Amino acid sequence: MRGQQIMVLFWRELASYFATPIAYVFIIIFLFLSGIFTFYLGNFFARGQADLIPFFTFHPWLYLFLIPALAMRLWAEERKTGTIELLLTLPVTITEAVLGKFLAAWAFTAIALVMTFPIWVSVNYLGNPDNSVILAGYIGSLLMAGAFLAIGSCMSALTKNQVIAFVITVVVCLAFILSGFPLVLDFFSGWAPQLIVKTISSFSFLTHFNAIGKGVIDLRDIIYFFSLIAFWLFATAILIEMKKAD
Amino acid sequence: MVEIKQLRKHFGPLVAVDNISFQVGQGEVLGFLGPNGAGKSTTMKMITGFLTPTTGTVLVDGHDIVQQPIEVKRRIGYLPEGAPAYPDMTPAHFLEFIAQVRGLKGATKRKRIDEIIEKVNLQTVLHQSIDTLSKGFKRRVGLAQAILHDPEVLVLDEPTDGLDPNQKHEVRTLIKAMAQEKVIILSTHILEEVHAVCSRAIIIAQGKILADGTPNELEAKSRYHNAVTITLKANMGQAAQIRQSLSQLSGVYKVDILSEIDSNLSYQVFPEKQCSIIGEISQYARNQQWEVEELHVDKGHLDEVFRSITEDLSESKHR
Repeated sequence: MRGQQIMVLFWRELASYFATPIAYVFIIIFLFLSGIFTFYLGNFFARGQADLIPFFTFHPWLYLFLIPALAMRLWAEERKTGTIELLLTLPVTITEAVLGKFLAAWAFTAIALVMTFPIWVSVNYLGNPDNSVILAGYIGSLLMAGAFLAIGSCMSALTKNQVIAFVITVVVCLAFILSGFPLVLDFFSGWAPQLIVKTISSFSFLTHFNAIGKGVIDLRDIIYFFSLIAFWLFATAILIEMKKAD
Repeated sequence: MVEIKQLRKHFGPLVAVDNISFQVGQGEVLGFLGPNGAGKSTTMKMITGFLTPTTGTVLVDGHDIVQQPIEVKRRIGYLPEGAPAYPDMTPAHFLEFIAQVRGLKGATKRKRIDEIIEKVNLQTVLHQSIDTLSKGFKRRVGLAQAILHDPEVLVLDEPTDGLDPNQKHEVRTLIKAMAQEKVIILSTHILEEVHAVCSRAIIIAQGKILADGTPNELEAKSRYHNAVTITLKANMGQAAQIRQSLSQLSGVYKVDILSEIDSNLSYQVFPEKQCSIIGEISQYARNQQWEVEELHVDKGHLDEVFRSITEDLSESKHR
């Protein structure tokens, strides 16, 4: 694995978002929706508290349909246009290609997150928030976006059809969100042993995202997201190796 | 040098490439011929490291594609079928990207990119997205990408497919100009192309090599090889006698009538295997004081050789 090759692929991929309307549409919709969620559904003002909890609470749901839309093209598009054959006959390994593309998509979501800074400015203007908690919220959100993207990358490697990649990614991501939901946990807690309920809930994005969002950055939560990303990217590489000729 | 060693590729129960071995050296332009689905593209995809062979391997300059894929990919320039390129990029950005992946840097990179742009005539479309380019320009972008790092080995999958005659000519000129210093492997199903650019041709069908030789050697396998076409003016009444005397010349296998209209008689005379009969016929015509209007020797038809070789195979399979 060579960093230089990863960076070349990274920059090409990142530039490709901005060469098409994708980047602008994505960022605008993301900002618009996170605004609506925060101010209307989250009652940002009525709560009268100087924090960004209403802002971050809706991120998993926002990501649930925005990130799969971003990730679906990662590999499916390479397949469709045939450029996968070009890419994989250049002197790069599959691991380098998977990482370069993933990191570009991740960096792009980081850009989108940074663009939400006005909301941070407003909350600092209106009150006296704990900025370290807000920073933790951003870190948690970015890590969660990475996990969504890694799942999306894998599903995109699975098929040439971007719509299918989108739908499967949404379903898998939804499973990862819901596994921490009281609704699902209650269903299991009635009869299943505590250990199993805990395991299911520990797989959830929500459990770890909320933990980080409280301002406590626990190494276990970080490891959770990174191992999830590593696992799905590894699966991506294997799928591409197996299915590249299809 | 490229060595293909007992290459084999299965897709499930289908054997796409069946135990192919050959070598190509510097200065050779190898044409890969075969009907659709013969295994041409699959073989090229294995040579360039896109597909992993089921068994066997490819050595480029002694480096094994299975063991050292990166080393091999560095030495190869590849134009995949249909010349895929990132549609959102402009040729300028695309070539810049390829140059970076290929490890070109600084002034050398700039110089190399400029040279290639000039070589394939991309100046006019450099800043237009590849999406909007015509087929001919897209193909040129693909070629530029393949030769950018001045590779020792060039693998071109149907480089002239879908181009107009002028564009075809341009691409062939480009290939010929590079032939001296490189190993070039190209696939095609345009047979005239083999004559135009290839120094050697391999015919493959159903994953097997059926013939391997220079274009002339392959033509010699044609039943038209050394056949003589003769057209002469004579009375219709003499036609039967002329046919008779032609077929009795030594080395003549048979005489076909091309036309016997008005007083224009035209025949195609086939020799016995490998014989040359043109001398015999022209001598005889002179002796008989025939009014010969046309007399020429056929070198053989590549398309006929191609058809007979590949059809034999499918027939023997059906039986």
